[in-house]
Amino acid sequence: MALLLLALLLILLGGTLALLLGRDEKLASWAGAGGAVLGALVGLVPALETLAGGPGTTLRLPWSLPLGGFVIGLDPLSAFFLVVILGLCALAAVYGTGYLRGHGRAGSAWFFFDALMASMALAVVARDAVLFLIAWELMTLSSYFLVVRDDEDESARQAGWTYLIAAHLGTAALLLFFGLLSRQAGSTSFDAFGPLDARLSGLAFLLSLAGFGVKAGFIPLHVWLPEAHPAAPSHVSAVMSGVMIKTGIYGLLRAWIFLGPPPAWWGWTLLGVGAVSGILGVLFALAQHDLKRLLAYHSVENIGIIALGLGVGLLGSAHGLPLVALLGFGGALLHVLNHALFKGLLFLGAGAVLNAAGTRDMEHLGGLLKRMPWTGACFLIASAAICGLPPLNGFVSEFLIFLGAFLAASHGAPWGPVAIGALALIGGLALACFTKAFGVVFLGEPRGERAAKAQEAPWSMRAPMVVLAGLCVLVGLGGALALDWVSPALSQVSGLRLEDFLPALEEALGPLQLITISACFFFLALAGLIALRSSLLAGRERGESGTWDCGYAAPSARMQYTASSFAQPLTELFAPFLCARERSAGPEGLFPERATFATETPDAFRERLYRPAFEGALKAAWKLRWLQHGRIQLYVLYIALTLMALLLWRLG
Amino acid sequence: MSGLFHLLLALLCAPLLLGVVNRTKALFAGRAGAPLLQPYFDLLKLLQKGAVYSRTTSWVFRAGPLVSLASTAAALTLLPLGGLPALLAFPGDLVLFAGLLGLGRFFTMAAALDTGSAFEGMGASREAWYSVLAEPALLLALAAMAKRSGQLSLSGLYAGLSLETLLAPGGPALLLAAAALALVFLAENSRIPFDDPNTHLELTMVHEVMALDHGGPDLAFIQYGAALKFWALGTLLTGILLPLREASPSLDALAGLCGLLLLAVAVGVVESVIARLRLTKVSDLLASATALAVLALMLARRAP
Repeated sequence: MALLLLALLLILLGGTLALLLGRDEKLASWAGAGGAVLGALVGLVPALETLAGGPGTTLRLPWSLPLGGFVIGLDPLSAFFLVVILGLCALAAVYGTGYLRGHGRAGSAWFFFDALMASMALAVVARDAVLFLIAWELMTLSSYFLVVRDDEDESARQAGWTYLIAAHLGTAALLLFFGLLSRQAGSTSFDAFGPLDARLSGLAFLLSLAGFGVKAGFIPLHVWLPEAHPAAPSHVSAVMSGVMIKTGIYGLLRAWIFLGPPPAWWGWTLLGVGAVSGILGVLFALAQHDLKRLLAYHSVENIGIIALGLGVGLLGSAHGLPLVALLGFGGALLHVLNHALFKGLLFLGAGAVLNAAGTRDMEHLGGLLKRMPWTGACFLIASAAICGLPPLNGFVSEFLIFLGAFLAASHGAPWGPVAIGALALIGGLALACFTKAFGVVFLGEPRGERAAKAQEAPWSMRAPMVVLAGLCVLVGLGGALALDWVSPALSQVSGLRLEDFLPALEEALGPLQLITISACFFFLALAGLIALRSSLLAGRERGESGTWDCGYAAPSARMQYTASSFAQPLTELFAPFLCARERSAGPEGLFPERATFATETPDAFRERLYRPAFEGALKAAWKLRWLQHGRIQLYVLYIALTLMALLLWRLG
Repeated sequence: MSGLFHLLLALLCAPLLLGVVNRTKALFAGRAGAPLLQPYFDLLKLLQKGAVYSRTTSWVFRAGPLVSLASTAAALTLLPLGGLPALLAFPGDLVLFAGLLGLGRFFTMAAALDTGSAFEGMGASREAWYSVLAEPALLLALAAMAKRSGQLSLSGLYAGLSLETLLAPGGPALLLAAAALALVFLAENSRIPFDDPNTHLELTMVHEVMALDHGGPDLAFIQYGAALKFWALGTLLTGILLPLREASPSLDALAGLCGLLLLAVAVGVVESVIARLRLTKVSDLLASATALAVLALMLARRAP
């Protein structure tokens, strides 16, 4: 525990030093990143120990917080999230030293980055509702300041506002949730929280879903996410998408531990939320041509997959199917880890592209694989992983959820096929979306001048990407080991008795081992084919020429398929769910000079739900404007009237 | 052991199926047609050639044919043929099967985009569109069979089938699942009514256009991979429709092979008698495949 406190202090110390040294960019980034990396290394020791089966510990410091106490603790669940948070943040910090070079204001950027990292770590180890909420709020604020770092940019300021408002609406729900629990327990300590009676328990579940769901980005609470994540610097986007939204998942899991055995309708709710978030998230992503916005929507999709896993797990445990419960929760937990790995990597890759080519608009990119071979290869691995393709890590977690759903379907449960259909559709759409993202950005010919002159990122940015890509492959090949590694946390979350849990775990590990063998077959076949082709081609003529274009003599890079044209058949098929806008000016006259065509797909929920709702609220507020007219005497009268009303209420 | 035998049989005989399809079409058109072994001659010819690569392409273009052939071959190790169990069988291998086909598709599409050609981009876009709709149909149809058999591995799904099971109360569910799988089979193998393997107009191609820039051994790998995919998805279909079970493994394998040859003839007949669908109607047909699979699931749930 002392190590954990030391880690938190090191991170905060690094951030404070960076703020003080802010004038000197190099020193500030050394301090900021150094604190983050050192803190992560120190903090990983107790976390890994706990996850490897060490005893869970709590530490109670005699610092008085208003209404609560400073209690932190480590159990397998906290330890698992802590490992993910510290690991990804440390890699993002290393990347940040290269990424932020020459961007100015390094001091504040590192201060808020370290504050974000420390508050996320504190949130998952807090054992007191008040401490948890403080950490939660710190997390929101520090990430807010990172989102509006480009404060001269109007859209970044807008994104920041949306984020701040959404986050606080979520926190309001959490205040009510913890209020319910602590009123029953008579204390704000997590140890004291226990199950509520059935009706209150349902209410508490819905409150936790709303409160943590905003942070996690469940549809329709996701609107802040595609605005805020792209606006932040890329290593912060990686942290926000990779781990910050997972604190919402942590919160849900923690809340369910308090609330006791789940009724079936919780599972149905999660399944519905997961299917809607997953399918709509990837659909919205497909329609984007801003690379970072596309990735942000994919976070909504992956949170949806995690929710599907949780739904399958909850329904499994509600219907007394221990193996289904274990597979659902196991898939969800592993997907938390896997999504942190590949989404972190994707955002870091997108940042390298942004730095090199100066734009996030995919329609101006292309052909970057030749100029940025390392970034391109890492992005390719992450793209295949996020599509859930074997032999990479995304497949392992999606496989577990699929298997749970198939098992449920073979028992005749109607929710099994729902999960299967949703996951299959999500998988197909993700494949379409990431062939588009990778293909348009990295393959073909450059579509813009800056993309043609792009240069590979420095090693400080490349190294974290290579590490993450390696981890994607490792987890994909060693799926059984990964599941075994998270099993202590899984046992805590699934709520199964040990005598049910252990045999179920054995049964889940078997297929994962065979997947590894199948991956070996694949690599064997691939190696054989590579050898075959090079031996066949040895000594034969190998020519180079232009791409076949049906005899057209002067092809240009502008004739390539673009991101929008690639996605068009699918966006047209699903047009009712999207809010796509087209602006075009066709060629006119006998000798046409210019023609333009642009598409834009703003968030459907923002356009159709939130904008009308907030505009309505504003209109209603305007009607009450007459109350506020600036005459002080009348204001005093209001006060006097209110006081009198209160007195009458108390005395009468 | 018998799994290994099936794998070798598939690797050897898969191109023959394409020869049978083409011969059937030729007979319908009143031509003599190419020899049955023509696909083998084509492969041999291509393997003896050199290679020409576009200057636009990168290593992804060169990796595409290799990865998609290797992943299809790895998927074959999971497939049972008739009553013969697969080389690898474990609960959930059907998801791995779909995933491996997806991996091949990912690299085929990436290789197409790597050429920078508008035609190949168009082909990749359409391939992505088809597969989005085919994936749920495939997995839901397999889920219906999982419900019927209570098993979760492909070998388990197909193990208990026989002609009697088709007539038993669970039979209609199986037939509906087979109908869904048949549509997926035609779509994934780029057959009429989804795509026309014989078309010569780049604008109307789907799968063929993605291989426009490949030549020599790479093209051989692509064509061989297509034959293996035909075999792989074909066994899923014939396993339900022609569940012939004999006592000995060699007879079972022979029955399985005959089933696949009949399927190839059927594909040839379909390609000869119906026209290709208009592109915008394809999504309707694939959505109806998903609907058939859902219906199969509902019936399977009601069957004891």
